Amino acid sequence: MPDFKRPNALIDIPNHYCPGCTHGIIHRLVAEVIDEMGIEGDTIGVCPVGCSVLEYVYFSCDMMQASHGRSPAVATGIKRANPDKFVFTYQGDGDLAAIGTAETVHAAARGENITIIFVNNAIYGMTGGQMAPTTLPGQYSQTTPYGRDTTREGFPIRVSEMLATLDGVAYAERTMAVDPKSIIATKKAIRKGFEIQKNKKGFSIIEILSTCPTNWGLTPLKALDWLKDNMLPYYPLGVYADKGGNV
Amino acid sequence: MKTYEILTAGFGGQGILFAGKLLAEIGLLDNKEVSWFPSYGPAMRGGTCNCSVVVSDTPIGSPVVSEPNLLIAMNGPSYEKFIGVVKSGGKAFIDSTLANTAASSVKAGAGVEVYEVPATKLAVDNDLIGMANIIMLGKLIKETNFASPDIVEKAMKLVTEGKEHLYDLNMKALKIGKEF
Amino acid sequence: MEKSLMKGNEACAEAAIRAGCKCYFGYPITPQNEITAYMSKCLPKIEGGVFVQAESEIGAVNMLYGCAGSGVRCMTSSSSPGISLKAEGISYLAGADLPCVIVNIQRGGPGLGTIQPSQADYWQATKAMGHGDLRIPTLAPNSVQEMVDMTTKAFKIAEKYRTPVMILADGLLGQMMEPVNFSDETLSCEPYSFGANGHGNKRPKNIINSLYLDPLKLEERINERFARYEKIRLNESAADYDKGAKIVVAAYGSTARVARSAVDKARAEGINAGLFRPQTLWPFPEKQIKDATVNAKAVLVSEMSMGQMVDDVKMALEFKLPVEFFGRQGGFVPNPDEILAKIKEMEGKYNA
Repeated sequence: MPDFKRPNALIDIPNHYCPGCTHGIIHRLVAEVIDEMGIEGDTIGVCPVGCSVLEYVYFSCDMMQASHGRSPAVATGIKRANPDKFVFTYQGDGDLAAIGTAETVHAAARGENITIIFVNNAIYGMTGGQMAPTTLPGQYSQTTPYGRDTTREGFPIRVSEMLATLDGVAYAERTMAVDPKSIIATKKAIRKGFEIQKNKKGFSIIEILSTCPTNWGLTPLKALDWLKDNMLPYYPLGVYADKGGNV
Repeated sequence: MKTYEILTAGFGGQGILFAGKLLAEIGLLDNKEVSWFPSYGPAMRGGTCNCSVVVSDTPIGSPVVSEPNLLIAMNGPSYEKFIGVVKSGGKAFIDSTLANTAASSVKAGAGVEVYEVPATKLAVDNDLIGMANIIMLGKLIKETNFASPDIVEKAMKLVTEGKEHLYDLNMKALKIGKEF
Repeated sequence: MEKSLMKGNEACAEAAIRAGCKCYFGYPITPQNEITAYMSKCLPKIEGGVFVQAESEIGAVNMLYGCAGSGVRCMTSSSSPGISLKAEGISYLAGADLPCVIVNIQRGGPGLGTIQPSQADYWQATKAMGHGDLRIPTLAPNSVQEMVDMTTKAFKIAEKYRTPVMILADGLLGQMMEPVNFSDETLSCEPYSFGANGHGNKRPKNIINSLYLDPLKLEERINERFARYEKIRLNESAADYDKGAKIVVAAYGSTARVARSAVDKARAEGINAGLFRPQTLWPFPEKQIKDATVNAKAVLVSEMSMGQMVDDVKMALEFKLPVEFFGRQGGFVPNPDEILAKIKEMEGKYNA
């Protein structure tokens, strides 16, 4: 059994995430993939606006900070000018599926050869727990204090399913980060995304169901259960697009 | 010092902008100051279209020609719209196939010479459909001594570069205009 | 080199490519489409050249941010409503100190306005091109040749001071053809060293960022940036002007061409009029306008707007001279006689 160490692609400083938040785990998974592929020097990450806005501090590869929702466009600019480098974005649900919908959909439609790590926790975290485009019907948030009423607030967006309809999407998988098994599966999916990019197959997105104990008003453990009980039925795990072949 | 303030007008597809460009190229080859400014708008084919060309011995201020001393009007609406603003001493060239000047209540001002050329009909009769614009130019060049024949020839070569078959047809159209 | 006839938009695009611009990101909007079309034709034929038609102006400006952030010379262009959409990205470009060039082929506003020429984005470009403390050096060409020369200059200023630079032209300059030539000067195409383009394990990591949660750090960044702006103010302001006139007409871009004709007509009638034409709008050529108005009794500002440059003229003259305005709006280009009439009126009024 190998030593459990901090991946080189993560800098040795404390992060700012709340206890029980899964961002830390997902950062680590991305960093492990970067280490294993030996691509830290060839990787540029794009961080979003949202809880992971400070991600540029944590990763040891070159990083760029984008405005809210625009990461896929920023990543397009980087990747087109540097086609042999690895470019990933790391985005939350508000960033990717509300304000950045156009940028996301069109980067996918163009088949931009980038990898998107999409953290779906069904809420706006950093701004204090407002309704996200992925907030579930009936779910309480700061801006749905009576529960999300679909007659008023409409319906959640299933991003992986939606993007999988686009020909430019080479890989779309939804995973979750709640227990060792699902975390290992998530890492595998992230690796697959990066491999797809390495082989210049096109756009890859890994949607990771994630918890926000603070804004859900739950303990970390109860938040994990809430995810499984409520998010999983609405957001089934699985591979929604795979045009990458064996990588 | 001489300044040509030219307006070419008609509907989209008649080669109004191209006619203007040819005049600008001729001016450039003749070592004049030149500018070319198209009307641009949401209508593409069939809409009204005009183009301002200035050819001058001195630097050009506004490239927008509102009171031309040379007008090419290639349809009725263009005639109606612009004949009245042609400066005294100016010349107006009207495609009489498409503009019925006799039936129109609008007339040229005093001191404006009007040349009616059935350019569209001449183009059809001579198997030069789409080149009524060049026939009009031929007439304009002749009546104004716009530039020497070799400069006109050179300019035509330039604007038809890569489409050599068009060069001969255009030169034929020019000749028809000149001889009308 | 022989001169050739070119549209202002195409000349600008060609000049950008010759200035080392490798990547262009755009979105269709009249009257700037020839820039986008030219880039789509030419850039794919150049080694490392990139053309992307983005999903929106917002997409385009953020691609510009990513590309410039990776250290590569790049450009975007649009027209007024599209520039408003780019404003967010321009603020981020300024906040991250990224060199790039943004071309605004102005049309009338507000809102959808008109597609005809206008100069009503002066305030936006020179005062408020995005949220936050920022300045965007703004160049104002008045001919197709200057569309070329100023595009080259824009890339140089962008690189020298690490800032986005704007070319503020208008539909008339974009659409018109004039003879133009290009210099043989070649600028560097090497990626900038600050770029986030993969550290290759050979240098410390580069971060492109405009976020500073520590007030001290943000204040320090802003002060450093404004020290650069001060250098730009001192070194880069430019104007073309007549000296010694009693009535000075201040106009830029297309309007300056018309004003030139008006001033020449006035002089032919014995009126001591002169033209002052700013070539940079920010920094406004303060010293130059003082020089141009040494003998002046009054200044006439003329623009295709409601008079957005008037305040800058008044301030540069320290409110010591009467400043009047004549302009056209709605897509109209003023004609020389309109400006001439105003010059004559002022000649009488100010006993010039």
